[in-house]
Amino acid sequence: MAVQLFLDMMSQPCRSVYMFAKKNNIPVEVKTVSLMNGEQYSEEFGKINPIRKVPALKDGDFCMGDSVAMMQYMAEKFKTPDHWYPADLQKRARVNEYLGWQPTGIRMHGSKMLYLKLSLPIVFKVEVPEEKMKDALENLDSSLKVIEDTFLQDKPFIIGDQISIADLVAVVEVMQPFAVGVDVFKDRPRLRAWKDRVVQAVGKELFDEAHKSIMGAKEAVKLIDSSKLEPVKAKMVKIMLS
Amino acid sequence: MALELFLDMMSQPCRSVYMFAKKNNIPVEVKTVSLMNGEHYTEEFGKINPIRKVPALKDGDFCMGESVAMLQYMAERFKTPDHWFPADLQKRARVNEYLCWQPTGIRMHGSKLLYLKLMLPIVFKVEVPEQKMKDALEDLDSSLKVIEDTFLQDKPFIIGDQISIADLVAVVEVMQPFAAGVDVFKDRPRLSAWKDRVVQAVGKELFDEAHESIMGAKEAVKLIDSSKLEHFKPRIIRLML
Repeated sequence: MAVQLFLDMMSQPCRSVYMFAKKNNIPVEVKTVSLMNGEQYSEEFGKINPIRKVPALKDGDFCMGDSVAMMQYMAEKFKTPDHWYPADLQKRARVNEYLGWQPTGIRMHGSKMLYLKLSLPIVFKVEVPEEKMKDALENLDSSLKVIEDTFLQDKPFIIGDQISIADLVAVVEVMQPFAVGVDVFKDRPRLRAWKDRVVQAVGKELFDEAHKSIMGAKEAVKLIDSSKLEPVKAKMVKIMLS
Repeated sequence: MALELFLDMMSQPCRSVYMFAKKNNIPVEVKTVSLMNGEHYTEEFGKINPIRKVPALKDGDFCMGESVAMLQYMAERFKTPDHWFPADLQKRARVNEYLCWQPTGIRMHGSKLLYLKLMLPIVFKVEVPEQKMKDALEDLDSSLKVIEDTFLQDKPFIIGDQISIADLVAVVEVMQPFAAGVDVFKDRPRLSAWKDRVVQAVGKELFDEAHESIMGAKEAVKLIDSSKLEHFKPRIIRLML
């Protein structure tokens, strides 16, 4: 029986889970949960993931959320090739170290750019103060520097010669601000070269397929019915601009 | 050879690592890295953890940071009792699910209260606007609700009948705002009962030892020489306010 994956491809963690599953030929049935349309608030989805976030997974009666935990689960359950999540304790620790750093290390900063560049000004018609944009770009810049200088260094991939789930989790976060118009690769040849290696290791077709929605975000936001998102507007403004 | 642990017990993730190591009799040598005194900026510590955060670990030549990754490493390396980090895939997934949710789910919010209640007004003599305090308390409140209603529910511990590393990582985050003067257990009998169970499972002596520094924070901050921390002040203000 296929594992059901509940995804919205605009969301970074959904993309890493999708690419991991497809690359490893894990039998999955993808169900779309459109965040823009508030589908995470349906009663049905609440039973899958009471925290109401994507991605989520249903494996028989077992449901769970959180992309990193999901990939760790799938890697073990489907016995994917060792390099994705090595059995060697120290190599695995290096993967987990990146996975532990990244929620506040990069994800927070990369995510913010979608809101500051697209959601706030275009959907909600809220002006983003220059100082806030500047701060956000600086935070993102510092994060990318840590990825390059501390995690990657001179290695082809985060933990060494081969791709692991750390690279999948990293690349989707780097693609998020890129998709909304921040040239994250400018003056960062090492980051760009790493990203190209990740694309090659995953397969360009799968990578592009996974990123189709987010790369179309700049156009897609113009079509959003902002009245549907009115209830979240105040909260979003508070989180993003405070 | 003992594992070297680089810790500052005021830091939540250092406490979970400490309690885990000591409870499991893992041979460790604890080295204090005082954040308040900027000891994480030494050249020596930079070699242990270039990200310059605590906790960090040195196992022979192998160095690493990130408390969750460290706990996962130690559990496997020292083959600690299964309940801490179960081998069963679904139970392990439940532990990992909590560990993944918690950095932005609770840690961020609990940490903030220490800054708003103690560091900003007492060390930096910066007034905290009422609205900021109110927002921070609301965020913390929502997080504690998720812990109670979604993760704990009616179970004794996060993943079931026995304590796991998820509970250790959770309890230190709940203790942080508590130590800063926020009564997180008020009107939360389930959370309070869970915390008591965790204390009992870890051992009261070890739990209290791990929390000695943070529980003395309200007094300790009065003794801080704020001139040493002057150059962090603008950044902290920007982040917290």
